[in-house]
Amino acid sequence: MELLLDSLFNGVAIGSVLLVAALGLAIVFGLMGVINLAHGELMMLGAYTTYVTQLIFKLPILKPFYNSYIIVSIFLAFIVSGVVGILLEKTVIRKLYGSPLETLLATWGVSLILQQFVRSVPLAYGTGLVISLLIGLFLPTTFPSKIKESINFKYFKFSSWIFAALTGVLTGSVISSSVSKLSRASARNVDVTAPSWMRGQVEIIGTAFPKTRLMIIVITIISVIAITLFLNQSAWGMRIRAVTQNRQMSDCLGISTEKVDIITFGIGSGLAGVAGVAVSLLGSVGPNVGGNYIVGCFMVVVLGGVGNLLGTVLASFGIGIMTDLIGAGRLLSIWPDMPLPLSNTINFFATTSMARVMIFALIVIFLQFKPTGLFPQKGRMVEN
Amino acid sequence: MRISRRILAGLATASLAVTATSCGGGGTSGSFDDTVTVGILHSLSGTMAISESTLVDTEKMAIEEINAAGGVKVGGKSYKIEYIVEDGASDWPTFAEKSKKLIDQDGVPVVFGGWTSASRKAMLPVYESKDAFLYYPIQYEAQECSNNIFYTGATPNQQSEPATDFMYKRSPAAGGDFFLVGSDYVFPRTSNTITKAQVKQLGGKVVGEDYLPLGNTEVAPIISKIKKALPEGGIIINTLNGDQNVAFFKQIQDAGITPSSGYYVMNYSIAEEEISTIGPEFLEGHYGAWNYMMSIDTPASKKFAASFKKRWGSDRVVADPQESAYNMVYLWKQAVEDAGTFDDNAVREALVGQKFDAPQGPVEVMPNHHLSQTVRIGEINAEGGFTILEETGVVLPQAWNQKHPSSKGFACDWTDPSKGEKYKL
Repeated sequence: MELLLDSLFNGVAIGSVLLVAALGLAIVFGLMGVINLAHGELMMLGAYTTYVTQLIFKLPILKPFYNSYIIVSIFLAFIVSGVVGILLEKTVIRKLYGSPLETLLATWGVSLILQQFVRSVPLAYGTGLVISLLIGLFLPTTFPSKIKESINFKYFKFSSWIFAALTGVLTGSVISSSVSKLSRASARNVDVTAPSWMRGQVEIIGTAFPKTRLMIIVITIISVIAITLFLNQSAWGMRIRAVTQNRQMSDCLGISTEKVDIITFGIGSGLAGVAGVAVSLLGSVGPNVGGNYIVGCFMVVVLGGVGNLLGTVLASFGIGIMTDLIGAGRLLSIWPDMPLPLSNTINFFATTSMARVMIFALIVIFLQFKPTGLFPQKGRMVEN
Repeated sequence: MRISRRILAGLATASLAVTATSCGGGGTSGSFDDTVTVGILHSLSGTMAISESTLVDTEKMAIEEINAAGGVKVGGKSYKIEYIVEDGASDWPTFAEKSKKLIDQDGVPVVFGGWTSASRKAMLPVYESKDAFLYYPIQYEAQECSNNIFYTGATPNQQSEPATDFMYKRSPAAGGDFFLVGSDYVFPRTSNTITKAQVKQLGGKVVGEDYLPLGNTEVAPIISKIKKALPEGGIIINTLNGDQNVAFFKQIQDAGITPSSGYYVMNYSIAEEEISTIGPEFLEGHYGAWNYMMSIDTPASKKFAASFKKRWGSDRVVADPQESAYNMVYLWKQAVEDAGTFDDNAVREALVGQKFDAPQGPVEVMPNHHLSQTVRIGEINAEGGFTILEETGVVLPQAWNQKHPSSKGFACDWTDPSKGEKYKL
């Protein structure tokens, strides 16, 4: 019983990391059909946001609230990665809808740019830049419609960008002068330390579980529920689904497909940021942190069936549980006196490296029989 | 003939680069008879840049110190050392390519470089075919002995063997079972083969072993294996690399695998630099084994740490790889002065037997092109340093490990032409 519980928990823990990382991609790749190789780097931005938030919360004014920084950083990471994602959509991806190969190359280029960006720009000014982008992109949309429709709107837009740039430079220098660790560029990996209430273990039914893992599972569950509700219950969610199913028809019926694209991509990118917070709790934060997850993300989305959230959920937990079963050699403890050749085979695959090989092999075999994944999407995709 | 031409070319380039070379009596700082250019080849970009750039800093500092003390004196003339820094870019073929460039184009008499075993293996054929000389400063898995490489880092019997012995006999977990964790590449696998043989000799038991593919930070399956194999605590030998240590230590602490519950981790890749990255709060109470530790309380060690901080910033630390890099520059200088020429065949002969008062204590170059060194076992403390618990006497290097099944009974000796790279003892 304890063994089963332990195994199930481990599987769910591994799976939820995969799921939270793949959720954003399930939307961007699944619903929009965009192969976004910069998805890992959007996660990386989320992880760096956690790091910056942690340092800012160490300042004397915010010190009393230090324990809650991780919660705040989830929202900030969503915004930061979302804003960068929107910029990416507006400048690069919009021109490339329907040409997957070009999108693949362009987003790979973007991923390299983002990696180099965090290496060579001080994080304080990076934060300032994101704030400028945030203001510049959203300030014009808050103007009353009278101004928006006026002929001089471009001047308003221009001046709000100037305002945004100034605010960005200002916040950048304020942060850089108050937090010395953020004032210098560094390619060195940094470390996010979970607040004390999130470290250690909790006992549930006689078994001890690490708190950070539970936290990641909670973040994942909340993200999945929130995104499902959004897609199925809200007006924008309905529009997104409509555009996914039939772009031309939605366009004819008066849905602004351009806006839908921006929102979908923004949400997908924002979720990548949330995933960044989760992975920062497990390991160190560095320019390459996202690259370690990108293959796993695509694997989960493809296995689950492109365009299907339920498939993504099942695929990630499936892979998680399989990884634990094979990698930790659990089959042997469940069935200790199995025939020798079989137990030798299982022992051979019971290392982390070999378990990975095995999982990939199983997925490849599975896709031979079901090339469209667990739950194939019916209907037209965005590129049609 | 070829070599002397190379040196001439090197000297020519170097003198072009130097604007003011005075011909006044050599010996005092600032006035030299001539210059000599050496090559420095480490990764300044890519994943290894973080670690390798500290070596470049240390080597530059050693060269500056030598120059300030009057440079290298060869044949009555004093030479100022100049250097060309090349970037290996964490890409092994690039290391080979840049080595060719330094040897052929720049004509340097010596190259200080490399970190990963993969980069060394990529450079090895270049130095052997051109009969040039590489100085390599990292603790490594040994099982190699080239006439064209001088290894100043520890071999397994100068690091992992005394450490395993300490863990099994004298640590708080003495007599306990072993679990081996490492990154999936040559160093951890070779090192663990040696550890397994040694644990068997000691009468202990290795109850599990796992390797994490490079770049993977999912350690949950390893944690469940450790808990299954060592339910009551025990000894964990860790040869994980770089960031994987961060994931490993964060997650084992959360899973309750800590010194207070009887689990002690001995690390072979965590030095002062890594402790500050991972965070001492995750590492406190675990162990490390090195030849040099910043907390060594001798004047030479303090001077080394102080000059490094003075040169590169007060928040910087020095660690074992840097000390090896520092030693090799001085040993090269001594060998050149003894040989009376920059010709690397003569320098190679003069090198064996060189002694140096290193920050770790006295070291000596052995006929197998490795160094005799002191081994220290330290416990990681809350300040991010090591509390030194044990210190061996001087340990002679074994290029061919005497516990590894494939090399037992072999040794290397380059001073005797009949012995060479690998001979039977």
